[in-house]
Amino acid sequence: MLLEVKNLSIYYYTLTGVVKGAEGVSFSIDRGEWVTFVGESGSGKSTVAHAIMNIVPSPGRIVSGEVVFQDRDLLKLSKEELREIRGKEISMIFQDPMTSLDPLRKVGDQVIEVMTVHGIPEEEARERAKELLEKVNLPPDRLDYYPHQLSGGQRQRISIAMAMAFNPKLLIADEPTTALDVIVQDSIMDLIEALKAEGTSIYFVTHDISLAAERSDKIAVMYAGKLVEFGTVEQILENPLHPYTKALIEAVPDLWKEGKVRAIPGYPPDLRNPPSGCRFHPRCPLAKAGLCDAEEPEFEEVEKGHYVACHFPGGWRG
Amino acid sequence: MARGLGQYILIRALMIIPTILILYTLVFFFLRILPGNPVMAVVGTKNIPPEQLEHLMEMAGLNKPLYVQYFDYLKGILHGDFGVTLAFPMGKPVWDYISQRFPATLELAIWAFTVSVLLGLITGVLGATKKGTKVDTSMRLYSIIAYTLFIPWFGMMLQYVFGIHLHWLPTSGRLDPGVDLHTITGLYVLDSILTGNWEALVSSIRHLILPALTLGIVLSGAYTRLVRNNMVDVLSQDFIRSYQARGVPDRKVLWYALKNAFIPVVTLMGLQFAILLGGAVLTETTFSWPGMGTFLVDRIDYRDYNAIQGAVIFFAFFVGVISLIVDIVYAILDPRVKY
Repeated sequence: MLLEVKNLSIYYYTLTGVVKGAEGVSFSIDRGEWVTFVGESGSGKSTVAHAIMNIVPSPGRIVSGEVVFQDRDLLKLSKEELREIRGKEISMIFQDPMTSLDPLRKVGDQVIEVMTVHGIPEEEARERAKELLEKVNLPPDRLDYYPHQLSGGQRQRISIAMAMAFNPKLLIADEPTTALDVIVQDSIMDLIEALKAEGTSIYFVTHDISLAAERSDKIAVMYAGKLVEFGTVEQILENPLHPYTKALIEAVPDLWKEGKVRAIPGYPPDLRNPPSGCRFHPRCPLAKAGLCDAEEPEFEEVEKGHYVACHFPGGWRG
Repeated sequence: MARGLGQYILIRALMIIPTILILYTLVFFFLRILPGNPVMAVVGTKNIPPEQLEHLMEMAGLNKPLYVQYFDYLKGILHGDFGVTLAFPMGKPVWDYISQRFPATLELAIWAFTVSVLLGLITGVLGATKKGTKVDTSMRLYSIIAYTLFIPWFGMMLQYVFGIHLHWLPTSGRLDPGVDLHTITGLYVLDSILTGNWEALVSSIRHLILPALTLGIVLSGAYTRLVRNNMVDVLSQDFIRSYQARGVPDRKVLWYALKNAFIPVVTLMGLQFAILLGGAVLTETTFSWPGMGTFLVDRIDYRDYNAIQGAVIFFAFFVGVISLIVDIVYAILDPRVKY
């Protein structure tokens, strides 16, 4: 097991109240495994991603849980120990390539810095930066460019090049393709897949379940700060057990089918004051009064490797 | 890029000319709208024969039509001639006063500017990094109080506490009586260092502290607020978390954040410089600082048209040059700026 997250909760202490960004999230990622986290905006996918790196932005705070990476709880490490892991053993790429690079510094300086802060001499880092750019299909002269002189796709390639600097054990990709057009999306996905082929595990965040289906090994479904279903791609797509997962799959438009796309009725809840019991019950067709609005369902293994938190898993089948 | 920048600088430099023209025109007419004139200010309530009055007006050139006076002075300015004083003492070149008084104002301005930026940066960064805490609230409070302080009142408070009560620092002038200083630039601290005059160095620094603090603290409030808000904004951006996620040490990340937050501050510096000179006038009168401010106030009492016009034009030119420098610095700092 490469990464084991246990009972992780992250709250945001805002002026208008405590937002429970993620609560009691547990899952694990094996070596070389690609796990995709899906869910609506605000469901906690990115929050958990930030928490693994311990870079939850203020006013967020990790209130409980463990992030065990290679037998060490990252949340208990000293600043310096954690810093050595960041960017070397765990890398991260962000959603918006427009804002994830420092606008005032040449991209080359930023790429080189990843290596120098981890003890590689400047000269060697410069050479390796050129190789990294070739790996992500960018001409090496792009190192002398400022971020604003590059396109969104090129910037995301730079981010990936930085993430690749050390062959990380784990890559956290927080919606890396959301801000890009479809063709560029594909090439970015190819690069991430190439990294996986070299043995890197992938924590991939998206709200596009069809993108998740294509390349990942496992899918984790989050709703309102809770992990509601977790399993292999086949388990999730062919045998979804949570009504929310089912609704997500049905909400994907299909070119070959007639009729309207089925949207999920209602809105995600306000996480300052989440619904009692199962957080999905106000929008759930299966919800049973007295049970679903009162008792929180356990996150349980229903078949091997397939977890779900629902009082009526697969209940629509009768 | 280099050619673009050169062209830009040239255009910006040329824009100083209309600025000065407008300001000169305004000052010229406002001065003549004011009741009284230099001759009356000198003569006062004394009863003198009309022929003599006529003669004095003629000497001062005030009997000519307004437009002639307007263009005569302008022509002089184009040749670098700021005219002569019209009131007591009469007939002395205005430029002599400016060249003698301006270094005093410049020295005060430089120190006050440094104090305000440093204080603004420290308090702003503190507020931003401790966002939402009591430290943040205190820094905000500081910003508002500093911003609203009335310079003469605040200056007098400092004079009272540190000068009169504690006897730590002098409350007026630029040097202790009896201290000799051979001036080169007119900036006393610099001159003391250049001539190796340590007695004058200590004396000039001691005289600078209170006025520089007065003006610096008042001007720092705006920086505190701007730095704090920019810093909060920058710290919430993805590239900061991206730096952290790459294992860049916190101290370096803070430095990069500060660089980004600093860009709008540079713009404020340019704007503040004009306010700084205005504030210098108030500070100088409070601390009897022999600079342009006290000179202006003195000359306004005499309705000394030439001296006031000259001083204002010189100020305008100076502010224009400073804002030009700020724009160039801005361009160097931010690679995204295009011309």
